[in-house]
Amino acid sequence: MSDISQAQASLARGFNDPARDSQTAFRALMYAMARPGVPRALEARLSPPAPLTPELAALALTVLDYETTVWLDPALAGEAAVVDFLRFHTSARLVTEPEAAQFALIADGSALPAFSRFAQGEPDYPDRSTTLLVAVSSFTDGPFQVEGPGLPAPVGFGATPLPADMTQRLAENRALFPLGIDLVLAAPGAILALPRSVRVREEA
Amino acid sequence: MTVMPAITYNFAYLDEQTKRMIRRAILKAIAIPGYQVPFASREMPMPYGWGTGGVQVTAAILGADDVLKVIDQGSDDTTNAVAIRGFFKATAGVATTTRTQEATVIQTRHRIPETALTAGQVLVYQVPIPEPLRFLEPRETETRKLHGLADYGLMHVKLYEDISRHGHIATTYAYPVAVAGRYVMDPSPIPKFDNPKMDDCPALQLFGAGREQRIYAIPPHTRVVSLDFEDHPFEVQRFDKPCALCGAQDVYLDEVILDDRGGRMFVCSDTDHCESRRADGHVGPLGAPPPGKGKP
Repeated sequence: MSDISQAQASLARGFNDPARDSQTAFRALMYAMARPGVPRALEARLSPPAPLTPELAALALTVLDYETTVWLDPALAGEAAVVDFLRFHTSARLVTEPEAAQFALIADGSALPAFSRFAQGEPDYPDRSTTLLVAVSSFTDGPFQVEGPGLPAPVGFGATPLPADMTQRLAENRALFPLGIDLVLAAPGAILALPRSVRVREEA
Repeated sequence: MTVMPAITYNFAYLDEQTKRMIRRAILKAIAIPGYQVPFASREMPMPYGWGTGGVQVTAAILGADDVLKVIDQGSDDTTNAVAIRGFFKATAGVATTTRTQEATVIQTRHRIPETALTAGQVLVYQVPIPEPLRFLEPRETETRKLHGLADYGLMHVKLYEDISRHGHIATTYAYPVAVAGRYVMDPSPIPKFDNPKMDDCPALQLFGAGREQRIYAIPPHTRVVSLDFEDHPFEVQRFDKPCALCGAQDVYLDEVILDDRGGRMFVCSDTDHCESRRADGHVGPLGAPPPGKGKP
């Protein structure tokens, strides 16, 4: 990539209409959080530099600003255009220690770091924990069964790629409740949330 | 002649940075049902106590295609409700309604509508004192610890003292609830009559306390249990007579003084519910039948 094209990529546009576009993305995120495991449509009209996906970028522009700290996984942190895009559009402080981050952007779902590396919150302030925003390529109806606040009955969900020990990780995260991390998965055109309050089983 | 420039606001009044801060608090509140998330409450163009917390939550979630309903003690037409509806009509240009079924966002002070809420609706409560333990333990550091340890013995002692003094639990509003089996929460000063409506509610419930700078939430279909004892189970208020205007039996009633000789009537506190029942032809003991359906 030449210097000029890299500069152009790093100046990829943010939201066309920040007030309305971020509201639309937030409502999708809010409903996703309120109905865990159920994919929620998110139309992200953004073309951020790879490997940042349009959905991940929309979530980042919706929640990040100069008051927040964000950790990037190696795939994102290694791409100068991604770092510039986030710096320019959000002014969020990039941190290298996952436990110092309020949000973590992860481009590669299969390389999800251990949840224990992130901030878990404190007993008096369980909200001081990291929210993980993770790009995946698609959602499926299984093999996981999720239940918890927000759901009248258990629902099935799945996403690829995810680590093989996902059920165990989510179980360990649930055991920490009310501490623990919150997870948002972003696939093309949809997002799905797994807040710390959910219980997840894997179907045999 | 110079023309004064029209005053324009950012969509829904608040600036984008403030909305993001409130939105982050809302997301944490949903993830930890019943836990009070601190947020940097802003000054609003209304005094504290008039719903600044609810207004900030509504402003942060509101979109151009939302339909907003605002109620104050169940009523769509009191000063507070009219003012807040007008505020968002002016600053966000959203459609407003008084019909519970038509609304996507309902901001409320001290009531839950009688009409059952549906999935996709958001109920935003205005909260004066979010901390259920505040009158029992004034120190924030201590109440935080009690929540952290899920130590709610104080609250049960308070309810027990009610019983020992009055023979029954005398708390009638802001009746404490346990959310999703973990956090004890103040449902805001709704009558305890409304407490059962919070349990397994299909709508998302958000609570905003402006002066106290707290946001909390109940996700849809979450278990909400009013605290009680085995031998003194939780009970809601009962009314001897139906609504004087629409004859509804199973609703919360307000007392209306009719004269200075002790005359009074009890009518639905939920004005939309009462109006739609009367439009459907229900008539209470003091109500007039709808026009064209005979003499009163």
